[in-house]
Amino acid sequence: MKWPATSYRRASSLGDVWQAFAEGGAGVQLLAGGQTLLATLAFRLSEPALLLDITRIPTLRGIALHGGALRIGALTTHAGLGRDPLVARHAPLLAQAVPLIAHPAIRNRGTIGGSLANADPAAELPACAVALEATLVLASAQGERRVPAGEFFTGLLSTALRPGELILAVEVPIGRGGSITEIARRSGDYAMCGLALVGARPVFFGVGDGPVLARGAGAALARGDVEAACAALDTDLDPPTDMHGPPAMKRHLARVLLRRAAAPRQEQAA
Amino acid sequence: MNEITIGLSREDLPNSYIGRSVPRPSVAKLVEGRATYTDDVALPRTLHAAFLRSPHAHARFTVRDTEAALRVPGVVRVFTGHDLAALCTPWVATLEHLKGMKSAPQRPLPLDRATWQGEAVVAVLADTRAAAEDGALALDVEWEALPAQTDMETALKPGAVVIHPELGDNLAFRRTATHGDVDAAFATAHRVVEARFVTGRHTGVTLEGRSILADFNRADGTLTVHHATQAPHMIQEVLAQHLGLPAGKVRVVCKDVGGSFGIKVHVYPDEMAVAAMSVALARPVKFVADRFESFSSDIHARDHRILARIAVAEDGTIIGFDVDDLTGIGPYSVYPRTSAVEGNQVVNLCGGPYRFEHYRCTTTVVLQNKAATCQYRAVGHPIATAVTEGLVDLAAEALGMDPLELRRRNLIADDAYPTTSPAGMRFEGLSHHASLDKLLSMVPLDRIRADQAEARARGVFRGLGFASFIELTNPSPFMYGIGGARISAQDGCTVRMDPDGSVVAASGVTEQGQGTEAILAQIVAHGVGVSVGKVRVVTGDTLATPYGGGTWACRGAGIGGEAALQGALALKAQILEVAGAMLQARPEALDVVMGEVVDRATGTPRMPLGELGRILYFRGDTLPKDLPRELVQTRHYITKEYPFAFTNGIQASWVEVDTDTGMVTLLEHWCVEDCGRIINPLLVDEQVKGGIVQGIGGALYEHCLYDEQGNLLTTTMADYLVPMAAEMPEMHVGHVETPTRESLLGAKGAGEAGTAGAPAAVMNAINDALRPLGARVTEQPFTPARILAALGRI
Ligand SMILES: Cc1cc2nc3c(=O)[nH]c(=O)nc-3n(C[C@H](O)[C@H](O)[C@H](O)COP(=O)(O)OP(=O)(O)OC[C@H]3O[C@@H](n4cnc5c(N)ncnc54)[C@H](O)[C@@H]3O)c2cc1C
Repeated sequence: MKWPATSYRRASSLGDVWQAFAEGGAGVQLLAGGQTLLATLAFRLSEPALLLDITRIPTLRGIALHGGALRIGALTTHAGLGRDPLVARHAPLLAQAVPLIAHPAIRNRGTIGGSLANADPAAELPACAVALEATLVLASAQGERRVPAGEFFTGLLSTALRPGELILAVEVPIGRGGSITEIARRSGDYAMCGLALVGARPVFFGVGDGPVLARGAGAALARGDVEAACAALDTDLDPPTDMHGPPAMKRHLARVLLRRAAAPRQEQAA
Repeated sequence: MNEITIGLSREDLPNSYIGRSVPRPSVAKLVEGRATYTDDVALPRTLHAAFLRSPHAHARFTVRDTEAALRVPGVVRVFTGHDLAALCTPWVATLEHLKGMKSAPQRPLPLDRATWQGEAVVAVLADTRAAAEDGALALDVEWEALPAQTDMETALKPGAVVIHPELGDNLAFRRTATHGDVDAAFATAHRVVEARFVTGRHTGVTLEGRSILADFNRADGTLTVHHATQAPHMIQEVLAQHLGLPAGKVRVVCKDVGGSFGIKVHVYPDEMAVAAMSVALARPVKFVADRFESFSSDIHARDHRILARIAVAEDGTIIGFDVDDLTGIGPYSVYPRTSAVEGNQVVNLCGGPYRFEHYRCTTTVVLQNKAATCQYRAVGHPIATAVTEGLVDLAAEALGMDPLELRRRNLIADDAYPTTSPAGMRFEGLSHHASLDKLLSMVPLDRIRADQAEARARGVFRGLGFASFIELTNPSPFMYGIGGARISAQDGCTVRMDPDGSVVAASGVTEQGQGTEAILAQIVAHGVGVSVGKVRVVTGDTLATPYGGGTWACRGAGIGGEAALQGALALKAQILEVAGAMLQARPEALDVVMGEVVDRATGTPRMPLGELGRILYFRGDTLPKDLPRELVQTRHYITKEYPFAFTNGIQASWVEVDTDTGMVTLLEHWCVEDCGRIINPLLVDEQVKGGIVQGIGGALYEHCLYDEQGNLLTTTMADYLVPMAAEMPEMHVGHVETPTRESLLGAKGAGEAGTAGAPAAVMNAINDALRPLGARVTEQPFTPARILAALGRI
């Protein structure tokens, strides 16, 4: 299908964005890497009046240490995340996630802000953000506010972003380590089931309507009881049926991932 | 190849191209973006078509209002099924030799009832495709959803929705082949093993979507159709017949076609609508299917459920096969090749590589409210091979016998030809044992079995699977012609030399990216005696090429290649006759080598072809008056002795199954095939590897999934999983050459062998891996969910 007729404008500052929102309201759609948005236009799933290109706004760029956290600008591409030395050092989980996201061409354009705003339940970065207890820095014409990742994702493809607001950056506490694993049919596919595990915070993706923090499993992991953690997934997770298989398969895969991710830690502890 | 076997110039001549890996001349054009696909053809005053497609699997509809659509800026016309009924006659896709076959009349657009989700129901024409889509969205159509018949298992049961009441039921075709006495033989056999196999509905996913640009010129009454098709002459016939035009006024042109795999060898109602609308408006009308449309309206294939048994003696001798195949083909049989051929092939091919006495195979072909299925690469072969080779492995397991040993005991002996299979297929010459030996020289069996044992001890499950297969190629009129379809089994090639000594070959077979034109150039260069760079090939134009069948069912090399070879040899004879007159030599004492006339005995150059051409074309006054001057020769070829030239081969797959996740990792894959004379080893290997990948697609990934209401769930490339490079195994291809004696060239088809055998090899490998765990899968695609279920993990 062809795109609906849409206008396009490039913003060069946040001021341009606030002005566009003031003029266009709900008809304004922010365009970052376009790797999700442009496909939805071709599906005619969305028909924005204005595509507002935010990729030239300097304040959305850059990665820097910022008061005990790593501040990652919303426009940081997946590829950029993967090769940044500060990320590798202070938030290695994010660097580990990058090769699991799509394919190189998509990683060159897709952004962390776009991925978090889009909140695909099978996406890697939202799960990492929740596992790392990251904070999203949101901005609007009224000013900035900070939302913990755990509260940002509110349901299927929905977030705490308010009309007229955008993601400025994400701040990640440093030195958290963690691991990310997933099971996808083909490399680059969205995962059938994935797990970002930081300490005793297991966050699953591809098994719900957003990143799912498995609290019961986490409590069991904190006690060092991996089997109890796996058992707790029966209540922690309520996966939907999808084209890959029934809920029972997703729960099974989640247990496999949890066991595999937790095992090396146990070995270390032993 | 040598002079004695096929009468060509010596193997070591610089222009001895047959058997040599020559890169495809068209590759640079394709990768530089200089190909001309149908969508690249731009004609003045073109209108673009978009279709409103049925959101329901089965529904009655009324077009209530088209005014809003017509008010959309750029929209020019709206056509309904009723509008087109006056312009295009309906068709019924049956073939006379498929006894008892039935299907309902189909029109470009249905009048008041849609029978699958994705069926085009109203057409909108506009200045741009985007405007046409806006127009289609603005149409006011009232839908009354009807119960849909989606499950093929219930299609013939009481209570089924009869899709076309005038047919009485949903049975499109049924055929049973029998040989011997299956019931008695199975009753007394040492062991009978049975299984239920399922092959998943999938599709071809061509890079270039279906495309057509129809241009009716009222001034001279001609209809020129640029079309992404494999069979331009067939399309010419169909358009002429149903639009009421003389065939001679219809020209079908396909410049570059971006992949086909059988998807583009059929008549699609939306494409017929485009041609009819062009005739109505006397303007060019273009339609290019987008990916959504491809998934829901390209033909699907392989939707089969098979219950099958094998009977074996104590020593492993195969006594017989008993097979019951059921397939759902969508609401209409597809025109003009019909949708009964795939099931019919299953009947023809089960047990094919083996010698046995008793055979019974029934195919039951039923209608259902899903996209239509029809011929897709390796039609029926992957199904028959999965059933046959799956059963052979099960029999080996039941007997405690090595599956290779069981194959060796039962494969038809290499010296047993000619012979006829229990299904009635006539084999001229196959090489199952030589192919098996060759395969075992490539597969490091001992190392693999040791690795397998060692891995199992670590709880890692790897498996090795084999699949012998036969493949039907070089079809004669027995495929379609005898059934009444105007599809040529014969093909022709016109080869001419121009004054500068360059050669042009025009062929009735076609190119869709596989390299047909490359092998034709090689054959012609070899036959005439020029460098391959001197040959240009023209295909895909009904006005410019000899009449022919096009490219499908593996006939480009075997049929088109032989016509090209004969045409080239005839041209060379003609050149030598002219050269003899010019050089005052006997033609037999001369030869043409690398574009020069030479003394045959010594190789001494006598005259470049450019000089011969100069004299012939511009100073013909200097030549003897009675000298024939036709430096253009046409030859046709059709197979006469055998209905089909069968090929054979064997594949092996080495996989690892993660028994926790159900994921299969393909470690390595081997294929030995015998396509007769190999014209270009590089291209044959590409065909085999590409075919294996498509076979793996069906085995592990590709699946057109419908829900119970008949809604297609896999409508994008994110949901419909095609095999991708990262997951593909290392592939090794080997060859045995048993040329067909029906032609001088000796080539059979090579395009489908990979696809025919790969799914069975992968299935057997997975089951070899799972055997110690007592699990088995026979339902394709072998998804993680199915493997985990077989393991009892979920
Ligand atoms: C074939 C394919 C495979 C993919 N596979 C994966 C995968 O395996 N895992 C995965 O995680 N992703 C995958 N993706 C998605 C990819 O990661 C996207 O890049 C990402 O989800 C969106 O980022 P973007 O910058 O492209 O956003 P865009 O497409 O430009 O925008 C997406 C949405 O976010 C909004 N938005 C963008 N930036 C901001 C911002 N700063 N503030 C507020 N809203 C904003 C937009 O308005 C829009 O609604 C895949 C994409 C493709 C095409």
